[in-house]
Amino acid sequence: MAIHRHDNHKSANAFMQWMDARMPVTKVWNEHLAEYIAPKNFNFWYYFGSLAILVLVIQLVTGIFLTMHYKPDAALAFASVEYIMRDVPYGWLVRYMHSTGASAFFVVVYLHMFRGVIYGSHREPREMVWLIGCVIFVALMAEAFMGYLLPWGNMSYWGAQVIISLFDVIPYFGPMLTEWIRGDFVISDATLNRFFAFHVILLPLILVALVFLHLVALHHVGSNNPDGIDIYEELDEKGKPKDGIPFHPYYTVKDLVGVCGFLVLYMGVIFFFPDFGGIFLEKDNFAPANPLQTPPDIVPLWYFTPFYSILRASTETLLQFLAVASVLIGVAAALFTKYKLPVRGGFVVAGIVAALVFLNSSGKAWGVILMAASIVCFFLLPWLDRSPVKSIRYRSLPFKIALAIFLVSFFILGYLGMNAPTPLKTLLAQVCTCLYFAFFILMPWFTSIGKTKPLPKRVTVKEH
Amino acid sequence: MADNHVGDANVSDAEQSTVEDIKRRRFITGITAGFGAVGGAFAVTPFVMSMSPSERAKNAGAPVQADYSKIQPGQMVKVEWRGKPVVLLKRTPEMMEGLNIVRDKLADADSNSSVQPEYAKNDSRSDANNPDLLVMEGVCTHLGCSPVEKLAIGPDPQMGDDSQGGFFCPCHGSKFDLAGRVYKNVPATTNMAVPPFKFDGDVIVIGDDEGRA
Repeated sequence: MAIHRHDNHKSANAFMQWMDARMPVTKVWNEHLAEYIAPKNFNFWYYFGSLAILVLVIQLVTGIFLTMHYKPDAALAFASVEYIMRDVPYGWLVRYMHSTGASAFFVVVYLHMFRGVIYGSHREPREMVWLIGCVIFVALMAEAFMGYLLPWGNMSYWGAQVIISLFDVIPYFGPMLTEWIRGDFVISDATLNRFFAFHVILLPLILVALVFLHLVALHHVGSNNPDGIDIYEELDEKGKPKDGIPFHPYYTVKDLVGVCGFLVLYMGVIFFFPDFGGIFLEKDNFAPANPLQTPPDIVPLWYFTPFYSILRASTETLLQFLAVASVLIGVAAALFTKYKLPVRGGFVVAGIVAALVFLNSSGKAWGVILMAASIVCFFLLPWLDRSPVKSIRYRSLPFKIALAIFLVSFFILGYLGMNAPTPLKTLLAQVCTCLYFAFFILMPWFTSIGKTKPLPKRVTVKEH
Repeated sequence: MADNHVGDANVSDAEQSTVEDIKRRRFITGITAGFGAVGGAFAVTPFVMSMSPSERAKNAGAPVQADYSKIQPGQMVKVEWRGKPVVLLKRTPEMMEGLNIVRDKLADADSNSSVQPEYAKNDSRSDANNPDLLVMEGVCTHLGCSPVEKLAIGPDPQMGDDSQGGFFCPCHGSKFDLAGRVYKNVPATTNMAVPPFKFDGDVIVIGDDEGRA
């Protein structure tokens, strides 16, 4: 018999013993909750992982109930959403929970990612946790983008038009690919129908599977903590970490406090500011899609605006910035590194070649490339970060300054993406785009300079 | 396991045949997996193809016809082709003159990196038989908005003080001349597209040019 008799997860309950002999219920429960040892110094920032799962569940449940009334048909979609809002009992609540949930998902995920960056949760040995997390982020963006077409408002229509048109810049295959994505020569009923299929079946399945893998990888390597030190270095006589506590009941209960706080804010938005001043639900989307009339300014939802700003900032001026920057980086690499002379000469040549490429190519194509690159940068973080310590508590000053500059640029890009561009705003977006990429390109350098603080042997906690 | 024997100099005949056997099995497994992958690719094809434009969509994307003989000089009409607005503008001699005046301000005056049939790749971006008539998709090449026509010659708040007429995109401020050619240093970098078209008496057929050059 293939029963794993060697596992020591014994239940006192006869039914559970019968069950455990056939399915590892107690084993899984213990390994992932009751005996999953987490560092005891988790703080506020550690709420956002469990909150992300909560929002995922909210989106899945409200989504199921919305599909009972929604019609994925270009002629009926807009009216069916209005029907949900006006005639379906509590339809307004379910729909506002879903639309606010989309924004809440990104708030929670951005904070969750920021937590990872400041405490070094992406560093060795948690690279796979981070990478799977980045894939979740990309899948979430696809899910949100496709969901936004479904109400078939005018901003839904033109937003999708703009984003799908991005693929047009791919040489030779571009036009064929966009036709294939749309299933038509323009955004149409065919596009709406397939986006509905992807939004309610394909991507939710992918997201749930990815979240599962994210947790499998996390529980294999163990959680990081605000001190960024390994709790398995300090063990008690039983071989358990002195600074570890079981996830259940300690963190399940703590996370419930986070859930309460989250629900207060989330429900507050749903009941009192469901469109959040045009940020969560855009004003132009209260008019049905009109293929012959563009809204005065096409603006994506707030969570895409930093990346959208980078796309729009890509004009000849930005390419000139980038050309100068690549020459400077090439020269700096030649002057300040200790490679052999030919290699350092190579850096200069590479910088000049990159500059020539930037000066002789089209801003539109680079916009798409840079927007994609701005997301790919996150994937590379575990390898760009060379600091000897993980947590921001012990990091050197240059890292803190760089992170602050990056955050400010990210927020400015996000703000600019929500507004119509003027020459001055475009210039500001271009400066911030350069700072955004500088954070990642220069990271191996600024994380390896400056003086880090000495690491403690045990995690720092205030006893209550 | 058996891997260790491969390349060993002192293998007996029996072991040699085992090595041969393993090599043979690996080869057969590889071939089988390869054919499986080919079969998988065939199986995926119908699903991928099902996402292409359907026959109904292709039919809706069929050429459209419009009577262009009644369009007066300086008049513009829009017809819908494949869900996109197509501009039909009959330009006056002054408008045609303006195309040369603005030439230096354009990013792609010769339409080298823009989309148009070969017969419309000229300064007026029109057919030699009907040089006055501009046939153009009224879709901004930046991010797909629909630019507004500014047909009057003279000062214009968006087009500038010495405007020779043109098109202005309200979304991100791209400017085009009356041949749909884009100005320098605006977000769009290529001229608005000219669809394939042909003339049939008084009727213009948009979307079909029978492959003429």
